[in-house]
Formats: sequence, structure tokens, C-alpha cells
Amino acid sequence: MADGVLPMLTQLRRNGAHLGLFLLGAWAWASGLLPGLLDKWDDIAFLGWQHVTLVAISGGAAIALGVPLGILLTRPRFRPIGDAALQVLNVGATIPTLAVLALSMSLLGIGDSSAIFALFVASLLPIVSNTMAGLRAVPPHLLEAARGMGLSPRHMLLQVELPNALFVIYTGIRTALAINVGTVPLAFLIGGGGLGELIFTGIALNEFGTMLAGAIPTALLAVLIDFIMAQLQFWTIPRGVNPLR
Amino acid sequence: MIRLNQVSKTFSGGTTPAVDRVSLEVPDGEICVLLGPSGCGKTTTMKMVNRLIEPSSGEILIDGKNTADYDVTQLRRSIGYVIQQIGLFPNKTVEDNICIVPDILGWDRAKSRKRAAELLDMVALEPGAFLHRYPRELSGGQQQRIGVLRAIAADPPVLLMDEPFGAIDPINRVIIQDEFLKMQAQIRKTILFVSHDIDEAVKMADRIAIFKDGRLVQYDTPDNILAHPANSFVSDFVGGDRTLKRLQLLTVRDAMQADPPRVRAADTLKKAAAIMEEHGHQSIVLVGPRGRARGYVSMQAARGANGLVSENHETLPTTIKPHEDLRTAVSTMFRHDVSWLACVDDDGMYVGYVTLRGFTRLLSETYRDG
Repeated sequence: MADGVLPMLTQLRRNGAHLGLFLLGAWAWASGLLPGLLDKWDDIAFLGWQHVTLVAISGGAAIALGVPLGILLTRPRFRPIGDAALQVLNVGATIPTLAVLALSMSLLGIGDSSAIFALFVASLLPIVSNTMAGLRAVPPHLLEAARGMGLSPRHMLLQVELPNALFVIYTGIRTALAINVGTVPLAFLIGGGGLGELIFTGIALNEFGTMLAGAIPTALLAVLIDFIMAQLQFWTIPRGVNPLR
Repeated sequence: MIRLNQVSKTFSGGTTPAVDRVSLEVPDGEICVLLGPSGCGKTTTMKMVNRLIEPSSGEILIDGKNTADYDVTQLRRSIGYVIQQIGLFPNKTVEDNICIVPDILGWDRAKSRKRAAELLDMVALEPGAFLHRYPRELSGGQQQRIGVLRAIAADPPVLLMDEPFGAIDPINRVIIQDEFLKMQAQIRKTILFVSHDIDEAVKMADRIAIFKDGRLVQYDTPDNILAHPANSFVSDFVGGDRTLKRLQLLTVRDAMQADPPRVRAADTLKKAAAIMEEHGHQSIVLVGPRGRARGYVSMQAARGANGLVSENHETLPTTIKPHEDLRTAVSTMFRHDVSWLACVDDDGMYVGYVTLRGFTRLLSETYRDG
């Protein structure tokens, strides 16, 4: 009896989800929202692609630079300036992303490049600071054991430090991408394109459908990217140091 | 062989040396325990051997070669290293932890993995069950067993152990110490072992080096340290019960009277009494046809009595094996309220006896010699 309850609940929940989805669809169609969205499909696809490109370039660059920078700042040679650098990064992280966009525009003018640069800067900070925090949190006795056994600094970094810091580093990347995806719509304001174009146009023209045509894909994209990152975090971090497994 | 030659270390900013002109030599295959209170320089001395700390002066030779002439990572790879906090890498499986040094030395993977399984077998951990576990899935005792295996995986001739069993609960510590000694009997590594526990030192060491304020105050065998402390610091450090501690260094065999008198079932009590009289004993052991200890006859029962031994003997309260230590023997005597014990070998053959008086004589002999 007892072991019959759980599958029943699961079944019920699945049916409930199907039903909810169906009702949502029905409502969306009846209210004219869905037909409206479908009308704008070309715009959504084009701007959505632009949106993803902005995230990929700025986020990718931030990861590609942020992780090595964080590693570098924790090496013995740079340890004296590491603390100062972390302070600067933490102060930097408090600057609102909109302000970062504005500053970037004043520097690079209107267009893609200033949008990408601003997004890159906004995503860089959490990645660097988490990489540093993760590497610094590796227990000193692990490093002593590693050094005592004759691991070279490179071996120590690759086999001990990075794997043990990976969870915290991933958390930084997830935070950075969440900030990034959330800021991309604002990039429209400095000529960066993306789904923000639909959102702001919708607001300006008081067109509810246009606004949602930008807002809904933006939201879905944010959820999708975070989901992908969560999967990566789950599967690529060794089981011995993965609190999720 | 490890040799330290006038080795000193003064840390930057320090005025007095942490280690002051220490010289000692550990012969091949022996365990040297560096012993002393905290801050006495024992750990610093050990860490200078694999150059985790560079000596300020003096030289350290391993098998005749100066450690300063090695590339430092090459040197460390040729020296096993075990620390109190164990330091297994949590991101690696037991197998990969054990194989770290073989891997960086570029051993064939199949060979190193096979070695990991063999090593696990040595400490009675089932390879099939443990090879692919992660450190967090092991108990503290199991983790430190793996820590030791990791240190000997690449078969280094020298092993450094920094209070390796200090963080393990007392019951498991004894088990792991015994296991380690058994392993050492096979692998015969030259070992520097840091400890602050005199009992552990007496148990593990072939030689003990006692440190105080960075100086080596006495370097000798455990028995000599206990019997002849060099000064009041050493005698205070080894404790007022140092003579009792010597009990665990001696085995029953050392104190045993071999080839003892004995009687058989068919002998008469009269004969038994005569033998006891002749040797000045108060009791005599009855053996079976092939020499197994079967019981004993006391002088009280035998004197003036008629009849056969077979009808008038008593059972032995307990027996002891020749390889057991005297501490166990004394404890057994006290537990059974007797002052002598019959010694039997693994087949139960009667090989000798030990008496409390004999122990006293044995322990005091060393003092008279000194």
C-alpha cells in the first residue's frame, strides 16, 4: 500500500502539470497573446539570436579571462596584490549594471561593441572573485600533502586546487551569467539590439503583446541557461567534492 | 639510510634556532621516532629532510647523497610523506589517491592500478569495495590507512610520517599501529616518525630521538631510553612509570625459563614432589603424551600424597605464548591471581614458564649493568 502512494502522487503531479500547461495555452490563445506572438515570430527569432550572441560573446570572454585572472591572483607571486584586487572587484560589483552600460557607452559610443564590453565587465567580477575565493578555500593540509609528495605547482593547480575549488568557481559563473542574461535587454538602450528591443518598444507604444514577445523569451532564455549551467555543474565536478551528488 | 649532519634551522625573524646542530643517523629499514614536547623542533627536523623547510646549515644525506643536490620535486617524489590531517584529495577516488605519485612519475597505468589493489589487500581493505570510493565515504581510520598506502605506492626507500596516527581514536590507533608494524616488517622502509606520545614511540621505534628546545638530547633504542635516561628532562618526559613501559618492549621469550621440568600422567605424585623439591618449585606442569600442557600439580597436593598425577592434577588457569610482551604477561598474571605462567607455542606444546620474580630480575639487570 505504502509503496503505491509515491507513484500515484508522481502520476498526479504529471497530470496536473499537463493540465496546467493546457489551460495556460488555451488562455494564451483565447486572449490573443499567442497569435500575437506568432505574428512576431520573425522578430523574436532574429532578436533572440542577437540576444544569445551577446550573452555568448560577453559571457564567454568573461569566463575565458576571469578564471585565469582569478588563478593568477592567488599564485604566490601575486598574493600580495590579491587582497587589494579582491577589494576592488567587490567595490566594482556594487555598481549597478545600468551604470556600467552608461559608462561603457560614454567610452565606446553607441553599438554592439560597447554593449558587449559592458556585459563583459559586469560578468567578469563575480567570476574572478569566486575563482579566488574557491582557490583560497582549499584546505592548507591538502596543499601541504601535495607539496610533500612532490607535485609541481602545475600538478597542484590542475589536480588538487582547481578540482576542489570548482564548485565555487561554477557558482561564480552561474551568478555572472544570470547577471549577464538579465542585463542584455538593457543593452538595447545603448544600441546593442537583442530582445530588449521588443520590450522597450512594447512599453513605449503601450503594446502589451510586443512587450511580452520580448519578455517571455528573455525569461525562458534565462531559465534555460541556468538549467544548462546547473547540469554542467552537476556532471563535471568530481563526485567526491560535489555537494550536489 | 638517512643521515643528518650538524643540521640547524633558524627561521627568518627568529633569534634562537628552531633546530640546533642536530646529527643523527637512521639505518636502513629502521623506524626512528622523533619525540618531544610541541615546539621542540622535531617536526621542523623532519620537514627539512624533504625540504619543505630548507636547512639554514648542515647537510642531510639519503643513501649517501646530499638532499641539497636533488631537484626538490624529484627528491620529494622519492620520499613517502604522511601527515596527521591525512590530506587525501577529496576530488580523487581511493585508487587515484594511491596512484598520485606513480602517475606523476609516469608509471604504466595498468601497473599502478594493480599496485593500488595489492596495497589495499595488504591493509585488509577489500579492493573491489574501496578502489572507487571517495575519501568522504571512508572512516578516519580507513582514510589514514589509504594515506599510508599513498605514501608507499611508488615504493620510496624513505618515509616521513608526521604524527600519522594522532587524530585517530585510541582503539583504532592501536589497530593501525599494529597493522603498520606488520607491514613495515615486510617493506622495511627507513622511517622518520614524529610523535609526542612516549607510548607510541616505545611501540613503534627501533630508535628514539628526544628533542628539547631544538636540540637532540638523547638518541637511543627505546629500551635504553627507558632504562638509562640521559638527563632529568628525558626521565621526566618518559614518565615515572618508565620501567613499566619497558615491559612492552620485552617478550615472554626473553624472560622464559626454557626446557622446564615436567611430569606425565602416569607419574606418581611422589615423583612429582621429588622433581619440585629438586628445582625448588611450588608447582609443576603436567604434559600429555606429545608434550602439550594439560594441567599442573602443586607442591601442597603432592607432598606426602600417594597416587598418580593423572588423578590429582588441576587445570591451568591460563597459558601464554612466547611472542607476547611482558606487559600482557603481567596483566594476565594479575587477572588470574597467579605469580607464574606456563608458556605454550602455537601448537599448545609446553615450552617453558615465566615468573613475576623472573621479570623483576630481568628488568633490574639492565640497571645493574649501567
